Amino acid sequence: MRTLDLRSGGAKLLLRAGLLTLLALGATFLLDPYRNYQLATSAGVFAAVAGLTLLVGLTGQLSLGHAVLMAAGGYGYALTATWVADALAGAGGEVADGVVGWLLPLLAGVVGALVASGALGLLLGLAAARLRGPYLAGLTLALVIALPSAASTIPGLAGAQGISAPFVPVPDALAALIAVEQWHAWLAILVTACAVTPLVALRAGRAGLRMRAVHDDETAARLAGVDPGRVKAGAFVISSLAAGLGGVVLAIVTQQVSPGAYGLGFSLLLVVAAVVGGLGSLGGAAIGAVLVTLLPWVVDQATAGLPADLGHRLQGNLEIVLFGVVVIVVTVLWPGGLSRLLPTKKLSQNTQLFQNTSLSQNTER
Amino acid sequence: MTEMDPAVERLVFLMSTGLARGAVLALFALSLVIVYRAARAVNFAQAAMAIVPVYVAFAVTSASGSYWLGLASALVVGALLGAVVERWLLRLVPQDNPLPGIIVAIGLVMVLQAGLAIAFGPDHRPVHAPFSQRPFDVGGVSVLSPYDLFVLIVAAVVMGGFAILFNRTSIGLQLRAAAFAPETSRLLGVRVPRMVTLGWMLSIATAALAALLLVPTGLGLDPHAADVLFVNAFAAAVIGGLDSPVGALVAGLVVGVLASLVTGYASAATAPLAVLALLTVVLLVRPHGLFAAREARTA
Repeated sequence: MRTLDLRSGGAKLLLRAGLLTLLALGATFLLDPYRNYQLATSAGVFAAVAGLTLLVGLTGQLSLGHAVLMAAGGYGYALTATWVADALAGAGGEVADGVVGWLLPLLAGVVGALVASGALGLLLGLAAARLRGPYLAGLTLALVIALPSAASTIPGLAGAQGISAPFVPVPDALAALIAVEQWHAWLAILVTACAVTPLVALRAGRAGLRMRAVHDDETAARLAGVDPGRVKAGAFVISSLAAGLGGVVLAIVTQQVSPGAYGLGFSLLLVVAAVVGGLGSLGGAAIGAVLVTLLPWVVDQATAGLPADLGHRLQGNLEIVLFGVVVIVVTVLWPGGLSRLLPTKKLSQNTQLFQNTSLSQNTER
Repeated sequence: MTEMDPAVERLVFLMSTGLARGAVLALFALSLVIVYRAARAVNFAQAAMAIVPVYVAFAVTSASGSYWLGLASALVVGALLGAVVERWLLRLVPQDNPLPGIIVAIGLVMVLQAGLAIAFGPDHRPVHAPFSQRPFDVGGVSVLSPYDLFVLIVAAVVMGGFAILFNRTSIGLQLRAAAFAPETSRLLGVRVPRMVTLGWMLSIATAALAALLLVPTGLGLDPHAADVLFVNAFAAAVIGGLDSPVGALVAGLVVGVLASLVTGYASAATAPLAVLALLTVVLLVRPHGLFAAREARTA
């Protein structure tokens, strides 16, 4: 297996990441404000799905609770950014008006988000290090179900109503050039790039190799000097940080964080995006993220012409049925998902997850 | 008779209500244990698969006016659904790794729950219990309601039935053999695939019964009515050890009483957090539950 040589490979990776980011930034000029809003939302979802697909595809740990990690990032961002913005406003008018007035709260908010999602991810990761498939999935599921309770129990999170995140205005220099939706799309793309680029490096490097080793055979990995507990916990933390940054993006775009936005349905959509894109594939995660953001809107448009009662029933449900069918079909018939359509150097890592056909308890049927 | 202290009165009421809720939980946890023993998998679609028969029961009861006809149809539809899903869906999924099975179950949850919402509309439908939900008055202390008593009796009968089935009958012996040593039992003439299907049928019928018993005590019938029940029952099943029916029973009652006490003394919103905390602690201290047999060592 090829691992990344950090000196030449790292520069190449950064160059590629920079080019892709510039391309995405340029693309925002072709879109109208609503499309830019959708692009920004997809970017946030992409960051979380990228973290999730890395976790599931490389280490085999299934988290059904990544929406809660996004929420942790969102709450961390909103609380810290609001606090810094208030402090700046209190300190005096001149500082608060300039670039510092929005940049400092933004950066502080990102740090707050990383701390919040990283801490929760570490707790879950420590549990994940000891648990296998169904146990971890069940624990993370219980976490999603408990999110509304946590939001109304923990002081400062304001229960079901949620809290607001400070508005990031378009800088004066750009105000004549771009609308606020496009500006938020830029921020979303930059934050997402910061979340995904480390994942790409990690996946290609030694850490990725260790994760695959632990996933394939924990005992063999241990004999080779790899500590499976540390690898699993580490993977969970990294995945959580990416999800937390995804939460930052959604908080910037929507200017609020509430438990209702990060419920079980959304959490399962993240899993759908990862599966449809192909587990372990970051390019696939991007496609999956765009799909789960856009399909509900497409369904809404398509059902708008129907009679009110039928349209009301289909709205918000038809796309879920479609996603469910797609997830089943992809898992049963087409493991590897849409990443198969992408030009990749090697396919095997994404698909091997589903293709081990050793004799086991139920295969004799 | 002397007057009871109001604090004690409240405790008795919360404990007895918790016991009735715990019985439903234990029943649902038992259904998870049955399917785990049959297929070595946690069925993450259990809540969605249990609520489909409840909708059927609701329709049958509305049409015929008989609660019992609805209950019977829920059991039949639950068993059929279990068989269909096992034979035509889960057999297509590779079994050597739990991940594909869980992901397919998630897909199934989405299809079933959103499908129900499309078919029946998104509103909660009020469901009436066959018996009064007003608590009995025993010496000035309100304890169980007639409906709670009915739930406890049904749960006890079902669990007794399973105990006899598993321990005293040939089918039960084959079910256990197929679960614990599939290849050996196949050589000895047990039809292992048939036993797995039977396990799924029993499991989903039991889960449907638990969901049917739960619905009148909640907000009403909607596609997500059993979601929290599933999470609590999963916690109970894990705490009891996933392959131990006795563990599921004990842990189900414990989780039910705990949730009732937390709801009564703190708030309803705190109960899911308490269950989450309990689940986390048990998983960290004993990852395979309190009553389970030891797993083979790996290194």
